Order: sequence, then structure tokens, then C-alpha cells
Amino acid sequence: MDFLLIQALSGLASAASLFLVASGLSIIFGVTRIVNFAHGAFYMLGAYVAFTLTDRFAGPLGFWGGLLVASLVVAALGALMEMVLLRRIYQAPELFQLLATFGVTLMVQDLVVLIWGPDDLMGPRAPGLSGAFSLFGRLVPSYDILLILLGPAVLGLLWLLFHRTRWGVLVRAATQDREMVASLGVNQKWLFTSVFALGVFLAALGGALQIPRTTVTHYMDLSIIVEVFVVVVIGGLGSVTGAFIAAVLVSELNAFGILVLPKISMITVFLVMAVVLVVRPWGLFGKPDAAPRASAGISVRPWKPMSVLERSGVALVVLLAALLPLVSGSYALSVGSEILVFVLFAASLHFMMTVGGLSSFGHAAYFGLGAYGAAFAVTYFGAPMEAALLLGPLLGLAGAVLFGWFCVRLSGVYFAMLTLAFAQITWSVAFQWVEVTGGDNGILGIWPSAWASTPQGFYWLTLAVVVVGVALLRMLVFSPFGFGLRAARDSALRAEAIGIDGKRTQWAAFMVAGTFAGIAGALFAFLKGSVFPETLAIPMSVDGLVMVLLGGIETVSGAVVGAVVYKALAIWLMSQTELSKLVLGGIIVLLVVAFPKGIVGFLEDWRHRRPPAPNGAGPKAAGKAATEAAPVGIAKLEAAR
Amino acid sequence: MKLEVSGLNSFYGQAHILFDVAFEVGEGEVVALLGRNGAGKSTSFRSVAGLVPQRTGKVVFEGEDVSRLPPYEIARRGLGYVPEDRRIFTELTVEENFEVGRQEPRPGVATWTPERIYKLFPNLGEMRKRAGGHMSGGEQQMLTIGRTLMGNPSLVLLDEPSEGLAPKIVEQMAEAIMTMKREGLSIIISEQNLHFAKLISDRAYIIEKGRIRFSGTMGELEANPEIRDAYLAV
Repeated sequence: MDFLLIQALSGLASAASLFLVASGLSIIFGVTRIVNFAHGAFYMLGAYVAFTLTDRFAGPLGFWGGLLVASLVVAALGALMEMVLLRRIYQAPELFQLLATFGVTLMVQDLVVLIWGPDDLMGPRAPGLSGAFSLFGRLVPSYDILLILLGPAVLGLLWLLFHRTRWGVLVRAATQDREMVASLGVNQKWLFTSVFALGVFLAALGGALQIPRTTVTHYMDLSIIVEVFVVVVIGGLGSVTGAFIAAVLVSELNAFGILVLPKISMITVFLVMAVVLVVRPWGLFGKPDAAPRASAGISVRPWKPMSVLERSGVALVVLLAALLPLVSGSYALSVGSEILVFVLFAASLHFMMTVGGLSSFGHAAYFGLGAYGAAFAVTYFGAPMEAALLLGPLLGLAGAVLFGWFCVRLSGVYFAMLTLAFAQITWSVAFQWVEVTGGDNGILGIWPSAWASTPQGFYWLTLAVVVVGVALLRMLVFSPFGFGLRAARDSALRAEAIGIDGKRTQWAAFMVAGTFAGIAGALFAFLKGSVFPETLAIPMSVDGLVMVLLGGIETVSGAVVGAVVYKALAIWLMSQTELSKLVLGGIIVLLVVAFPKGIVGFLEDWRHRRPPAPNGAGPKAAGKAATEAAPVGIAKLEAAR
Repeated sequence: MKLEVSGLNSFYGQAHILFDVAFEVGEGEVVALLGRNGAGKSTSFRSVAGLVPQRTGKVVFEGEDVSRLPPYEIARRGLGYVPEDRRIFTELTVEENFEVGRQEPRPGVATWTPERIYKLFPNLGEMRKRAGGHMSGGEQQMLTIGRTLMGNPSLVLLDEPSEGLAPKIVEQMAEAIMTMKREGLSIIISEQNLHFAKLISDRAYIIEKGRIRFSGTMGELEANPEIRDAYLAV
């Protein structure tokens, strides 16, 4: 009994930081409608800066002052990011903001290692609170008691701030209707910046408060952000009270889950989240969101199947690609195979995102499941490559069936966050369940059959599978299923009214995308000869997103172009610089700000901007000519009178 | 002139909504902008308030061209906007809704306090702590007007204040508008309800399919029933 109480207290102490970070994320989202992925990075920066300050200035003042100053410094950095980056993209679809803040996260990861080095750092103990006191004969750290009291205190302070100050009233008003607040004479720019600074302050404080409890590491950003996403999904985005309750719930589940299922403790949290989502899709204290801004389908130009000319062009490109093994060496061919694998991966994500309007931030889950599926088939059933390539994707499909069922109940950022959480849970299972997956050591010895074991052979196999896969996905876009999917994306209500079951259609699209990602993953396993948890990790999901966005989210063929350009660039960058994350993050940020329509979108805009040829006037030009002709006719009539 | 709008063209995406709309409001005048549903009344007001991003044309308020200013700057110059759909902050109490609208006193313009607004709309005074979402349509209409008055405007754009209200509340609304006029406010009000407009307005414009079709005094409109029938009658 007393052991359980101690465990519960430890959970409550962990909840404090989680609540601070989650409430910051929630407050920022409430007003700016931005899910700040960089929140984990600010949490980490808070810890690092606090470490430096408390290291330099000893004593109680140095320690407590250091925590506070660190949080303020990081809050200023957050405000700077808001002013320089986010102000430019408030009007952009939600996905772009999530991606831009992810780019910042990548950059911070490299910067932190540059400044503080790659080793874990041990912070000082809190002066005066370094001891422990005994409860039922067991020791409880005094610092934990402070944290347990701090959570409710911050909750109370935030309540006072939002209900007893003019600033708080304005923030609550802006949470509901930003335009109306502006019409009443409030400068939103500074409101947004101050809200952002407060949210980042809370995240940094959450990180700074951790230094007496745990080591400071350069990967603490991703581990907290996933937990925070789970917390806000359970508690409801935008609700501070919800963040508090859910933070306590998740922390207690972690504290006790480790007793029940020590290997895969995330599972208990996942189960609770699943139940909450089924009962209350917008979280315990959240409110159903107004219609989310469309992430795709905002283009005026309708999609058309390829013309004969375009088809011939594609056939020529495929033919040239097939001739590549005749002229290039093994390294170029293995790079070529890898690029092709990612073309299929990006195309599958594109199908879900652009055609289905479902912006997944966890598409790596299905890629990785496909890879692990193939590896399981080889390792545990002794299956040959041909069978494993067929069996592997089934695991991707199974994951899509299960996760998709939950995810399609949500939309917009909730959907994105939930897909990310599922992917991260899959990752932690692969990482922690060492007996089956080999954990960090992965599964080795996944080699192709003899006929495909040469770089040429495998390249041709990959090319064949990818060409057929991309062609199938493209045919689906212009099939009745594809039309129904786009209808559900553009107007869920009207689609339902004409008899399309929107959720079911989206679920099916989720499965299609998951299966094709699984095929890409299975190919990837045989290309590398091994499978590691990284195939399921967040950077893999984001790679897919960047490929789709780089190509152009509003286009049908953007994903293919984006994948080729991005993968080639990434492989080249890796060989050129140690700071690939910094460069890559910078590129993502730049891309989102400068080319929101991507390469193919940019080219299409350019193509359509050219004046039509004199003989081949399109319908638009013809209509214009007709309206211009009309006044001339009237003038003639009047002249005749 | 208090407000001079000229050559106003507004677009929503590809759709051209307003065509060279022009109207004026004199100092202390109450002007009605009349028209059927979808004629362009709300878009005209939203354009003046700076809420339609795609627009061209001039909006001169107190001698200054405000057409390039962001909405909050326009509001801070004393041009108040009361939206058609009220847009109450439903989570906020009556008092808090007023607080959002509050601006510093403006020289030469009537200064409003919550107490003065409770005198104008006595119903609101009885529910100061009530959340905006728990109020009737009429009470919300009073609240949205009061909220804009808290910014001490010298001109108010009132978008269909009588819409969907019980006749008794409409009467109360007309009285309140007359009080605002006596305080020296210039008012432009959009209406479908000709009788309501007649009660309070000095002059009227008629808008139809995004174009101004008529401009004149209420008397002139009265004398031309064919105009009324062409553009207003159902």
C-alpha cells in the first residue's frame, strides 16, 4: 500500500513538468491555432540554459534565479521565432506551421550539440531541497514535493491571469474570434507574440525544473513532445485545466504502467487515449473545433489525368531510369534504389494527404511496420524474399486498419497529432520489445533472393514495384473511390448528403496509404539487409512530409518529384556536413516560407500564367473574348440607330 | 464628411462582390444602406472595417484614407463595427465582453462606460456576470452594440441590428440608436426592414447585386415606390 502511495507521489511530481509544457502548447494553440512542434525544443533549451546558469552561479539565488532567468531567456527566443518566422505563415494551412516549427526543432538539436556537446549533463541539486523525508518508512525527495505543489499553483496563477487581467480577457476573446478582437481595436500581433512568449516560458520552466531530477540530454525534446501531444489530445487542445488533469493521468499511468508492463509501458497510456478518443474525440475538456482550414484542395485548377503527350514523357523517364544500371556503378544504383523506395513512400503519403486531406505526421509507422513485417517473415518463418515482400506490407496494412480507425474520427491538427502519437508508440514498442524486434540492435540478415542480390537486379526490382505502385495510386485518384475521397475532403457534409460515408472512405484511404508505405518499407528492409527502429521514427515521417510539400501539396505528381529532389539532396548533404539536421531544418523553414506551393505547384503556376496560344484558346480565354465582344455589339446597334 | 467611400471593389477569391460602391455619411447623420439578402451590404461594411483582404477603392474617415490600414488601426481611429452575426464572445461575461471593446477616451467624442451602456440597455445591467453564450438573441444584439460603443467610436457601422428580433426589442433598438445619434455619433446602418430604417434614418442608399442603385433622402425614397418595389420588396 505504502509502496503504491510512493509511486503515486512520484507520478505527481513528473506531472508538474508535463503540465507546464502541455499548458504552454495549449495556450499557444488556443490563440494562434498553431501546434508548436518546437515546444519540445524550448523545453530542452530551458534545461540546457538553466544548467549553464546554475553551474555558473551557485547558492540558492543562483539556482532559483538561474531557473527563472533561463526560462525568460528561452521565452525571448520563442518570441523572436514568432516574430521572424510564424508571423509570415499564420495564413498558411496548419500543416505548414507544424512543419516550420519542426524545422526549428531540427536546427535546435544540432545547435544544442554544438554549444553543449553530445554528452549528458548532470545538473546541481536544489539548494535546501536536496534531501528527502520519510513517509511510511520510505524516502520521498523533498524536491518532488515542491513539484507536486507547483502544478496546482501554476494552474491557479494561470486562471487568475486569464480571468483577472485585461490581457487574459483579450486572450480568451481571441481564442474564440480573432477577427472580432481586431475589429475592436486590439493589435493582434503583440497579443500573439506575448501569448507565444508565455507558452514558451512555461515549456522552458518545465525543462529547467527537470535539471535536479534527471540528466540533460540532446534528445529530451522528442520524448517530451510526444508525451505532451498525448496529454493535449486527452485533455483537449486549448484547455489549461484539461492539460492539468491529463498530465496527472498520463504521469500516473506511466508510474503504474511500468509495474504492470515494464517493457512496453507506453501501451497503458495508449489504451487510455484510445478510450478517451472514442468517447470524446476532442478530449476531456476540449471543444469540437470549427471547420479546420483545408490543407489541400484549395487550388482552383482541377486535376486532370495525363494527356497522351504527358504519358509518353513519363514512359520515357521510366525507360531512362531502367537503363541506368547499364551506365552507373553499384553505389549510384543503391542510392537510386533508395530514392525509388522513397518515391513510393512519398506517393503513399501524398495519396492520404492531398487526395484524402488527411495530414499524417506519423506515416513512418506503416513504412516501418512493412519493413519489420518483411524482417519477421524472413527471421521467424524463413520466408524467401518474394514471400516476405508480400507478407511485410500486410503488417503495415494491419497497423493502418487499427490506427486509422481512431485517427479518421479526428481532423486537422488533432489528426496530425494522433498519427504522430501512434507512430511514436509503434517506435517505442520496436525499441523496447528487445526479445522480438532486437530493440536498438535491429534485425539483421534480411537479404534478397539470388536473382535480385546484385545492385542491378535489386534496382530493377525496385523500379518495377515502384512504377506499378505509383501508377496504381494515380489510377485510384481518378477512380470513383478517389472522387468520393476528394468530395469528403472538400465538403464532408455535402459528401454525406449524396451518400458517401466520409469516415469509411477516409479509413479506406488510410489503409491504401498504409499498405503502399508498407511495400516501400519491405523493399527498404531488403535494400539495407536490416531493420532498425529508426524506420518508424519521427524524422522518417517528416522526411515523407517534406517530400510531399517540396513537390507541391496541391499537385498530383508533386510527391514523385519532391521525393527524388529531397532524397538526393539529403544523401548528398549527409556526405558533406556534420550538421545535416541544422541545414535540413533551415531548408524546411525556408521552403515553407518561400515556396508554399512546392516545386511542381510553382512550375504549374508558371505554366498557367503564360498567355494562351492564339489558336488554342482555352475555355477561360474564350469566355473573356465573349464578354469583351458584347459591348461592341451594343455599340454597333446604337450606332445603327 | 465623416466617412467617404468611393470606387470600392471587393472580391472573395475569384468572385467579384462589390462594383464601384460609393457612399457618404455626414457628421452626426444616420444613413441607411438598404438591400435584399446577398446584395452586398455586409461586404460593404466588412470592406470599410478592413476585414476583406481583396479590395480596391478609397475609404476616407475624418479626412484620412484608412483603406490600407489593418482592422485594429481603423477601429482605434474611432470607426466602430458591429457585425451582422453579433459575434459575441460566448465564454466571456457581459462585463468581460465590454472589457475587450474598451479603448481610451477620445477627445471630442462621447465616452462610454459599462454603467452608461446599462442605462442604454437596462436588460444588460441585470446580467453583468452572465456568459455571452447564455443570452437571448436580443440581449446579444445589445451586447454587441455596447461592446463596440466601449471603444468610444465617432462613427458606427451597424450591420442589420433588427434582424431576427422580436418587434418589441426592435423598438428598443430604434430608441437606443436615436440616443446614440443624440450623443453626436454618426451611424450607418444596413437594413432589409424599410420600416425600421424609416424610423431612424436621415438618408438612404440602395444596394443591389454589389452596385449602388439609389441615393437620396428618406422622403425621396418614399416618393418613388417603383424604386422600392424594384430593389427592396420581396
